Amino acid sequence: MSSNKLGLDPALVHRARALAAKAGRPVVDMARSHTTVSVERAVLRLAGVTGADPDGIPWVNRLVDAVRNDVGLGHGVALPVFHALAEHGLDPTAAELTLLAQKAAAGSVRFDLPTGKAVTAAKKASRRQVAAGIKQIDRNRADRDRMIKRYGDPKQRPWIYLIVATGDIYEDIPQAQAAARAGADVIAVIRSTGQSLLDYVPEGATREGFAGTYATQENFRLMRAALDESSKELGRYVRLTNYASGLCMPEIATLAGLQRLDMMLNDSMYGILFRDINPIRTFVDQRFSRQIHARAGIIINTGEDNYLTTADAVEAAHTVTVSQLLNEYFAHEAGLADWQLGLGHAFEINPELPESFRLELAHALLARELFPEAPLKWMPPTKHMTGDVFRGNLLDGFFNLVGALTGQGILLVGMMTEAVVTPWLSDRDIALQNVRYVLGAAGNLHEDFVPAPDGFIQRRAHQVLDEAIDLLEKIEDDTLLNAIADGTFGIMKRPAHRGKGLDGVAKHDDGYYNPATEILEAPAKEEQQ
Amino acid sequence: MKTVIRPYGDTTGDGMTQVSFTLPLPHDKKAEGAALQLAAKMGLEPAMLVHAKQMGDGFTFFVIYGSVRHLVELDKVVVVERDFPLLTAKEVNTVVKQKMRRKLSVVGACIGTDAHTVGIDAILNLKGIAGEKGLEYYRELKVVNLGAQITVPELVAAAKAEKADAVLVSQVVTQRDAHLHNTREMSAAFREALPADKRPLLIVGGPRFDELMTGELGVDRIFGRGTTPREVASYLVHALITEKAERKKAVAA
Repeated sequence: MSSNKLGLDPALVHRARALAAKAGRPVVDMARSHTTVSVERAVLRLAGVTGADPDGIPWVNRLVDAVRNDVGLGHGVALPVFHALAEHGLDPTAAELTLLAQKAAAGSVRFDLPTGKAVTAAKKASRRQVAAGIKQIDRNRADRDRMIKRYGDPKQRPWIYLIVATGDIYEDIPQAQAAARAGADVIAVIRSTGQSLLDYVPEGATREGFAGTYATQENFRLMRAALDESSKELGRYVRLTNYASGLCMPEIATLAGLQRLDMMLNDSMYGILFRDINPIRTFVDQRFSRQIHARAGIIINTGEDNYLTTADAVEAAHTVTVSQLLNEYFAHEAGLADWQLGLGHAFEINPELPESFRLELAHALLARELFPEAPLKWMPPTKHMTGDVFRGNLLDGFFNLVGALTGQGILLVGMMTEAVVTPWLSDRDIALQNVRYVLGAAGNLHEDFVPAPDGFIQRRAHQVLDEAIDLLEKIEDDTLLNAIADGTFGIMKRPAHRGKGLDGVAKHDDGYYNPATEILEAPAKEEQQ
Repeated sequence: MKTVIRPYGDTTGDGMTQVSFTLPLPHDKKAEGAALQLAAKMGLEPAMLVHAKQMGDGFTFFVIYGSVRHLVELDKVVVVERDFPLLTAKEVNTVVKQKMRRKLSVVGACIGTDAHTVGIDAILNLKGIAGEKGLEYYRELKVVNLGAQITVPELVAAAKAEKADAVLVSQVVTQRDAHLHNTREMSAAFREALPADKRPLLIVGGPRFDELMTGELGVDRIFGRGTTPREVASYLVHALITEKAERKKAVAA
C-alpha cells in the first residue's frame, strides 16, 4: 500500500525512523538490564503457577514476594525458586510449584541463590518448565491460524472493533455474541477502572466491576470460548481484545497468550502518562509483554489517541507521529512484525475548527503512508462529543468516512452517547448502522482518493512530519526519559524517579536468569549469527 | 411571564415530544402496541410510532413522536441560580491581590478509580475549555492538579501541604453512584483531618451531580455540566473573600 499519496520525501521518512531508533535505544538498554515483580510473576505463570490465597492474592505474588524478601529480585526468581524445589524434594511441576508458593506464603520455606552445579540444575529445570508454558502459547497460535483458515477473516477492511463493558463476564458474553452477530469483527472487553493500578491479577470469573470487567485468566477463557462459538456460527473468525497495560502488563500479556486472545492494547507510554506508573517499570514490563505478544501472534494496539484527548489535536498532531514511530521501534526490537502493529490515532480535532475534516484526513493519511504494512487502529471522537447525540452521530459518520478514505486497518466504532452513558444496546446498533452505511457506500473510496499535489492535505501532512522530526531531534538531545519528565507527550509531566510501581523494579545482578526471556529471544539470536 | 408551558414542536402549545427506547421484544405488531402503551403511560397521547427496528433476537428499538399531556409549571421549578457576580480573570486577580495579599491556593484531582480528567483539566489547565483559559492562567491563583485516580488520603495530604484555600474534585465516569460515595468519603475525610476554620472550600463537579445536593454530600458547592473556569474562579473569590469579609462585618456590627 506504499502509494505515496502525500509525496513524502523518503529521505525524511528514513530520518524520522532513524531518530526514533536513536531515542529508543537507551530505553531498550535500560529495559534489558532491569526486571520487575510483574515480569518475574509472568515467568512463574508460564511455569504453571496458578490460583490465589483465600484473600484473592495470587500465589505468583506470594512466591515472588517471598523470594524478594530473602534474596532480592536482582537474580530473577527462576533460580531461587527451582533451587528451593530441589532442596525440598519437590518435583519441578506446575502443581508442586504452586505447593511451594503456599509453603513460602506460610513462611516455611527460605530461599537461597544456588551455587556451582545447583545453578545449572535450577536453570535447566526452570527452562524446561517455562518452555511448557510457551509451548502452550505456540499451540494457541497454531489453533488461531487453523480457525482463520477454516472460518476466514472479515471480508472488509477496516475490521470493525466494538467494546463491551458491563462489569459482569456473564453479561458481557451474550452482549459480545450479539455484537459479533451485528457485524463486529473484534470484541474488546474494557477493564474495570482501577485495574491498571492493581499490582496483582484477580483470579476467576468476575461479576463486579466499575465501568468494565476485570481481566482475569478465567474471564479470558470464557469469552474466547464464546467467541469461538460465534466464529463457527458466523463463518468468520471473531477476534478478542483486552488490555496489557498497568502494573501487571507482562502477566496479562502472558495470560492472553495462554488463552488465545488476538489483540492487546499495549502502548509504550500510556501507563506512564495517563496512569502515573513509573517510566522504568513501564518500559521494562512493556518489552517483556511485547516479546510474549510477538510469540503469540497477537496484534498490539497502541494508545496515541489518548494524547489528543488531553492536548489539542491540531497542535499535538506531531506527538502522535512521534509516539507511533517510537512504538514501532520498541515493537520491532521486541520481535513484533509489521502486521502486528495496530498503531493508534484518532479523530479528535474540534469540529468547530474550519477545515477540521481536511486536517483529520491529512493526519490519518500521514499515518497510513508512514506505516504502510501496519493495521492502523482508527479511534473515534470522544473529546468533542457533547451529549448532543444527533450531532455525535454525524461526527461518527465523518470519522467512519476518514477511515474508509485512508484505508485504516481497525476501526473502533464510535458511539453517539460517548460521554453520556456506557453504550446501550440501541446505541451500539445505531453506531454499527452508521459504519455499515459508510463502508457500504464508500468503502473503497481510498482507491480514488488522491490529495491534490501540494494541496492543503499534502502540505498539512508534510508540516506534521517536519514537526515530528524536530521533536525527535529534541528528544534525542534530551533523552526520551527526560522528554517524558518534561511533559512532551500529552502535557503530562512524569519524571523517571516517580510514579507508581517503582519499588517493584530491580536492576539485574550478575547471573540474572530469566528462562522466558532466554527462550523468547532465542530465534532472534540465531538470526543474528 | 407565562407560568405554565408545554413542549414546542411547530406550534405553540402542541406539546410535541420525541422519545426513543428499546423493549425486550422481537419486532411484531404486539411489540408496536407495547411501545405505544408505554408512550401513553409516559403522557404521550396521541403518539405516532415513526420507527421500529429489531436488534438481534429479542429486542426492538422504537422512535416515537407525540403530544405530551403534562404541563410545566415554571413557578415550581427549583434550580441553583448563580448567586455571585461573574468576574473577568483580571478582576479575579485584582481582588485576590488586594484582599488576600497572597496567592489563592487551589488543589484539584479526580478521586477514586475515575481516570477521566477531562473535567478537572478543563477547569484547571492553562488550555481551559471553549476558548476560556483554565485557573492556571490566573496569575493570583496557585494551582496544583494532582490528576487521576487520587485516593482521598492523598488528596487531604496534598491539600494540607499546599495550604489549599479550595479543593476541586471532578467525577466524570461513574457507576452505581460511585461519584456520590467518593464525594461523601472525601468531605468526611476533610472534616476529620481539619478543624472547620482550617478546612478548604470543597467543590465537586461533574455531569452526574445534582447541584442541589451540597448539604447531603458535605461540600460547599457542586458544579454541573457546562461549567466554565471563569465561573469557578468567580465563585472562589465570592466564597473565600467577599462572603468572609461580609461575615466579619456582620460580627463587628
